[in-house]
Amino acid sequence: MKITKELIQSHGLKLDEYKKIKNFLGREANLLELGIFSAMWNEHCSYKSSKIHLKKLPTKNKIVIQGPGENAGVIDIGDDDAIVFKIESHNHPSFIEPYQGAATGVGGILRDVFTMGARPIALMNSIHFGSPDNKKTQNLLNGVVSGIGGYGNSVGIPTVGGETKFNSTYNENILVNAMAIGHAKKNKIFYSKAKGINKPVVYVGSKTGRDGIHGATMASAEFDENSEEKKPTVQVGDPFTEKLLLEACLELMKKDSIISIQDMGAAGLTSSSIEMASKGKLGIELDLDKVPCREKNMTPYEMMLSESQERMLIILDDKKENEAKKIFDKWDLDFVVIGKTTDTNRLVLNFQNKKVADIPISALADEAPQYNRKWNKSKIKKNNFKIKDLKKIKTDEALIKILSSPDNSNKSWITDQYDQVVMCDTIHKSGGDAAVIRIHKKEKAISISVDSSANYCVADPRTGGKQIVCENWRNLISVGSKPLAITNCLNFGNPEKPEVMGEFVECIEGMKEACEFLDYPVVSGNVSFYNETNSKSIFPTPVIGGIGIFDNLNRIIDMKTKKTGNIIIVVGKTFGHLTRSSFLKEIYSINDGSPPEINLTNEKNNGLSVLNLIKNNLVLSCHDVSSGGILVALAEMSIASMLGLKINKPKKFSDLNEYFFAEDQGRYLLEIEKNNLEKIEKMLKKDNTFYEIVAEVQNDIFEIDKTLSIKTEELYKCNNQWFNKFNAVN
Amino acid sequence: MKSSVVVFPGSNCDRDIAVTLEKLQFKNTMVWHKETKLPKSDLIVIPGGFSYGDYLRSGAIAAKSNILNEVIKAGNDGSLIIGICNGFQILIECGLLQGALLRNFGLKFISKDIFIKIQSNKNKFFNKYKKDEVIKLNIAHNEGNFFTDKKHLKELEDNDLIPIKYCDEKGDITNLSNPNGSLNNIAGIFNKNKNILGMMPHPERMSDKICSDDSGLPLFLSLMK
Repeated sequence: MKITKELIQSHGLKLDEYKKIKNFLGREANLLELGIFSAMWNEHCSYKSSKIHLKKLPTKNKIVIQGPGENAGVIDIGDDDAIVFKIESHNHPSFIEPYQGAATGVGGILRDVFTMGARPIALMNSIHFGSPDNKKTQNLLNGVVSGIGGYGNSVGIPTVGGETKFNSTYNENILVNAMAIGHAKKNKIFYSKAKGINKPVVYVGSKTGRDGIHGATMASAEFDENSEEKKPTVQVGDPFTEKLLLEACLELMKKDSIISIQDMGAAGLTSSSIEMASKGKLGIELDLDKVPCREKNMTPYEMMLSESQERMLIILDDKKENEAKKIFDKWDLDFVVIGKTTDTNRLVLNFQNKKVADIPISALADEAPQYNRKWNKSKIKKNNFKIKDLKKIKTDEALIKILSSPDNSNKSWITDQYDQVVMCDTIHKSGGDAAVIRIHKKEKAISISVDSSANYCVADPRTGGKQIVCENWRNLISVGSKPLAITNCLNFGNPEKPEVMGEFVECIEGMKEACEFLDYPVVSGNVSFYNETNSKSIFPTPVIGGIGIFDNLNRIIDMKTKKTGNIIIVVGKTFGHLTRSSFLKEIYSINDGSPPEINLTNEKNNGLSVLNLIKNNLVLSCHDVSSGGILVALAEMSIASMLGLKINKPKKFSDLNEYFFAEDQGRYLLEIEKNNLEKIEKMLKKDNTFYEIVAEVQNDIFEIDKTLSIKTEELYKCNNQWFNKFNAVN
Repeated sequence: MKSSVVVFPGSNCDRDIAVTLEKLQFKNTMVWHKETKLPKSDLIVIPGGFSYGDYLRSGAIAAKSNILNEVIKAGNDGSLIIGICNGFQILIECGLLQGALLRNFGLKFISKDIFIKIQSNKNKFFNKYKKDEVIKLNIAHNEGNFFTDKKHLKELEDNDLIPIKYCDEKGDITNLSNPNGSLNNIAGIFNKNKNILGMMPHPERMSDKICSDDSGLPLFLSLMK
């Protein structure tokens, strides 16, 4: 087949990129080779627009065992334990086919984690949908939630939380980011780098079908009104096979037979074989007649570009085939030697006794195009209104409205569809500031939180990038854990547009600043560009997944207030920052102005002070102040325990709403015993940490003198109705 | 006490129950579904999960596996057998228990903590609980909506074969406290001889205070000689 201009473009490649391909090959490519280049050079696989900026992020410190570049990041959590984790997007497929898109998103990220030798111990997610008024939203929400649950529940990994948000910016581009966390032995981590010549390359897992062909290329392009036609590019998941593959791989990993292992994720057999060879500076030769196929007459093109799920590629050491095959036979999975490593540094594919492709590996990996795309500095949004000019609203009315809004409502309609406790190590389920998972049979635990704040990022990407790292750090502190490291999923529009690229660059720079200051390295991640339909791009939405550690199980706290008579203090200063707040969004529909500033010195100081108090057993419950400000955070503490609060009025604010709904950063609410107050005050003053007393715990009334008085039962009701109403069958 | 936990491809609560049993000093053996012999055991557990991916119908394929012949024999000989969640579905599919587990009333997978009320403690499984005691357990299933015909229901009722029912925190057995639409809030049933128990809630998930509660432990303690 002649390679035409149309063919090149339909493979998502630019004409000058094809010129480079011809140079690498020294001839015209054939269709199979063009497909392979397209799969490796697309944005999703090559990170061609993001690489030079991602390099700015801090990725190392003394606990990092493996940073970005492998299937997942690995950190040291003491003794012989390591945590392996990563977050990844499955945005495009989930919009086209929500159930399978979300399910295979979960499957893919699980494989990334167990490929490295870790048993997955938890799943988290961040999902963003369009406006509830959009007619697609209900179907997408239901499909995505069932897909996430359907996969994780079946494999038997607890899905312990995440976040769900709605905004019209996602009407035609929803976001589905899934995070998996696994536990491994420090000295038993497996990598994808091939070693040695003439080693058997083994295909294990499901058979290859015609699903998901060009999935990664699809995920590297914008949508238009015909995007529904892309349904065949979405893969179909089979969690049952994943469970078998997981157990078989972990069983094989107990022996010393694997040289390297790589899951077949985006761009399937193509990217996995090239990745292994490229890292090992070797060549690889495959005999495609041997690839287990689900359908008849599959062509080399289809085999190499299929994204059928639940498959792995393993390079075995000499004479280990029989031992390994026995394990895969036990689990009823395919196990076929399909090729070998070579010293040619080339990818060679044979089919029906003919050489059908022959490409230098370096052309596909290291020498894939990289762009330093043009970017514009974002214009920081200025306020176009004065808060004083807004129509006054009563504090109680505003509180009820925020608590019953889609973004701030209780999410148990969603999380009740996820098995949160299978594996029996879940200490905190979703609903709090962070999930907590015990390390199996050990006296230690990890905390996990996933966060984003696109509403801040769109107004000021640099501050937004900084803020979201800090909020994630804060959430881990709030349960009493020490934050260790993060993974990130960067969801943006079309990088070929300078303003989108600008958002990306500045977000990264903000994140870098916060990560460096907090010693909070990025160990893995994923970039999702082209979240755009008909040239309309989503808000920049970086999502952060953080891991923290508890070195014993005695100081794990939650946000439930414990006892009447205890007092609540707020750590961190309230200035009254209202622009970009839930208050303005939910009450006045105003999305304007700049997000709250981040003061990294205060952030770190406040967090470490709080952690110190918790470690000294002086804090009974804790909640970070985020969306909705102090009053919403206090209400959430009350709803969690069903105990009321008597809340003090601020001394310095004439407008109560400005105090109670402000979203100033770096703040925490702490429940303490009265007789410890003096001691705590001393400690906070010594740290130079600002605090004030805000409330006292009382029986079931949530009140502010002469301003507001609501039964906790009422608060609970209004916080728990939205999802049921929205999803009620009419 | 010796116990055996049967493991099918797709089982995923096998490790959880083994941990609980071992904590209580049971000598436990994991038995792979392809085996044709069961080790001598005082208790046989069919654990939760998605045996064979729930394909065809949950529990249907597992009910035809090698080891099930042995389980059926043991059950008919009076061995103590407990099937939890998918294990309950398998016990029904293989005929050791009667009735059916339909899709949940709301047509969604449900996983949450619920309350059950002990209807009867005069049996080998619940004798460490008080009658009418209300305990918290966790459920996680798509097909837990128990249904049976009038004749079987009467038999269950007349012979004290319904040990647990869904209820609210106070112990009231109401429609609102029925998570999946089960007939008469039934959460678990016995066979005629009360040596075989099938239940949807997971007692092994409540065997540790640090994670949630240990309200499931008395069930296993009840079984100890």
